[in-house]
Amino acid sequence: MQQTKQRLLTGNKALAEAIRLEMERDPNVFVMGEDVGVYGGIFGATEGLFQKFGPERVIDTPISETAFIGAAIGAAAEGMRPIVELMFVDFFGVCMDQIYNHMAKIPYMSGGRVKLPMVLMTAVGGGYSDAAQHSQTLYATFAHLPGMKVVAPSTPYDLKGMMISAIRDDNPVVFMFHKTLQGLGWMDQLDASVGHVPEEAYTVPLGKANIVREGTDITIVGIQMSVHQALEAAKRLEQQGIQAEVIDLRSLVPLDKETIIQSVKKTHRLLVVDEDYLSYGMTAEIAAIAAEHCLYDLEAPVKRIAVPDVPIPYSRPLEQFVLPNADKIFREAIQLVNE
Amino acid sequence: MAISKDHLLWMYETMYKIRCYEDKMAEAYAEGKSPVFNIGAGPVPGEMHLATGQEPAAAGMCVHLKKEDTVTAPHRPHHHAIAKGVDLNRMTAEIFGKATGLGKGKGGHMHLFDPDVKFSCGGIVGAGIPHALGAALAAKKKGTDWVAVAFIGEGAANQGAFHESLNMAALWKLPFIVVIENNQYGISVPKTASTAVPSNDVRAAAYGIKGYYVKDNDPIDMYNVSKEAVERARTGQGPSIIEIETYRYLGHFQGDPEVYRDKNEVTLLRQKDPIIRLRNYLLNECGVTEETIAQLENKATFEVDQAYAFARESDYPKPEEALEDVFV
Ligand SMILES: Cc1ncc(C[n+]2csc(CCOP(=O)(O)OP(=O)(O)O)c2C)c(N)n1
Repeated sequence: MQQTKQRLLTGNKALAEAIRLEMERDPNVFVMGEDVGVYGGIFGATEGLFQKFGPERVIDTPISETAFIGAAIGAAAEGMRPIVELMFVDFFGVCMDQIYNHMAKIPYMSGGRVKLPMVLMTAVGGGYSDAAQHSQTLYATFAHLPGMKVVAPSTPYDLKGMMISAIRDDNPVVFMFHKTLQGLGWMDQLDASVGHVPEEAYTVPLGKANIVREGTDITIVGIQMSVHQALEAAKRLEQQGIQAEVIDLRSLVPLDKETIIQSVKKTHRLLVVDEDYLSYGMTAEIAAIAAEHCLYDLEAPVKRIAVPDVPIPYSRPLEQFVLPNADKIFREAIQLVNE
Repeated sequence: MAISKDHLLWMYETMYKIRCYEDKMAEAYAEGKSPVFNIGAGPVPGEMHLATGQEPAAAGMCVHLKKEDTVTAPHRPHHHAIAKGVDLNRMTAEIFGKATGLGKGKGGHMHLFDPDVKFSCGGIVGAGIPHALGAALAAKKKGTDWVAVAFIGEGAANQGAFHESLNMAALWKLPFIVVIENNQYGISVPKTASTAVPSNDVRAAAYGIKGYYVKDNDPIDMYNVSKEAVERARTGQGPSIIEIETYRYLGHFQGDPEVYRDKNEVTLLRQKDPIIRLRNYLLNECGVTEETIAQLENKATFEVDQAYAFARESDYPKPEEALEDVFV
């Protein structure tokens, strides 16, 4: 993409801008959740919106997730387009019934006659010692349950474009943003959390993966943080003469199988990286797709890096041990290529 | 009601210890986090919710509890843990992420578990309430006079778990008490914007149970009200709700920009500090000497210093220990 004029925004500002533009365009769009008002969202996703739209359209709720997420369903059924924030994805436990039994199923059970054009926005990710109830990256939990789109962008550009797509989508969308990629002043400062974002409204399709680096020797599939880790590993692999292709899935549901399959057919090796738990997760899904569609193109077994099925521990050495990182990807990729 | 002097002295010492503990934690937490505040840096990473100012709720209730009574606490748990008698060294080591911690470094500040004194806490708002309900059920089934107390913030009283648990506790007449610490805010949302009733003790009427309200963070009133609620619970008269108007001097978490409140608010609250008030009460109404007070304060400071030293000197767990304590 050729950019003439660069306008750098953090992830959170890109998100808030997307919501603002859609709120200006469509009076049916409103935001609801804990601390989305004056505070601007704990992870800044609604920064500035309260000041602009006031308490009627940017609604602070009590700590009653079942009620306010359920209320978003009810409002969406009436033709509104609510964006509702579940502060940390880890809190889904108190309100999952509304999410998977109702938000995800009503459109289907009604034979398509009830549409629920709502966005459930939530924060994922660890790495800063917030421990087991605040650090999970629960992509698979939601992706496993049919009826909702599940998206997880990795750049400010995609955060904005995919949020606009999500708001305009007539299906319920679970929109996961990664805390570290919000570019907040009190998190690790990553270059990846700042990027070019055009001023106007634009959409990025939900369900289309992005080849963020082309390569010929190995395909590394990741999403959100693991994409950036894979890119870092790819740079180091290049110094070893290995050209890694890196795919940013961007969306788990719908899943862009075709891009993965084509890439594996080209590189013949596949490494999948995920900040979610290993078993029954995204890495298993991608490995199964490779086995089903391009097993004979593979020259080595598929490898996976993910959290090894333990709750996220608090203490830094323990947490760093379980999370994926560029080193692990680099080592695993080298091994795979040399198999 | 005649108040036991020993109890009051215990409360003073405990409140003082909690204050020292939290002040020291604020310092330790700030280490390594500047010039740019980075939540994951320093010897104490992650979120940190301190209870400075909220000491009366914990001390006024726990003074009536014994080791066998259960306490569940929320994400802001240090004052309850200290008042319930959780091992201070191991608690501090846990918060520093050390192998000697209560949970070997796996839990951290929001997830302290000390089964020796039946204390637990957690990071999911409202989730501790049913756990205390279960402890109360177990106490009744075992035929003991043990009670279970769930401490929560006023924001948590809007969670389904609160209403469901109280209904069951009332139905089964369990030895169950919910202490609601009303510090006026659920993060940035003021109570007036989240709860339609002025105070949560009136909600007791909905379950046909007893409701109490403690004004102005008053330690003596908290003591009296808790005494009655605990006695009722121990003697089979069923559950209670206690709401105490308390003060949160600090932000919701350390690093909170506090855009939602006037900075002056805290200055005014600090002028009514409950520890100073209890101190004056002991000196002026109970014939306690400055010397006795000083002894209690020194003892508390010493214990806190020891705990921090223990935590700092302890080793970190080995990375591979992340795979232990769960079947993998
Ligand atoms: C189920 C759930 N929802 C939201 C949160 C995020 N959260 C943590 S503390 C908090 C506010 C709690 O307010 P209150 O219960 O009044 O306790 P306080 O912090 O004032 O002590 C919120 C919304 C959470 N941890 N769990």
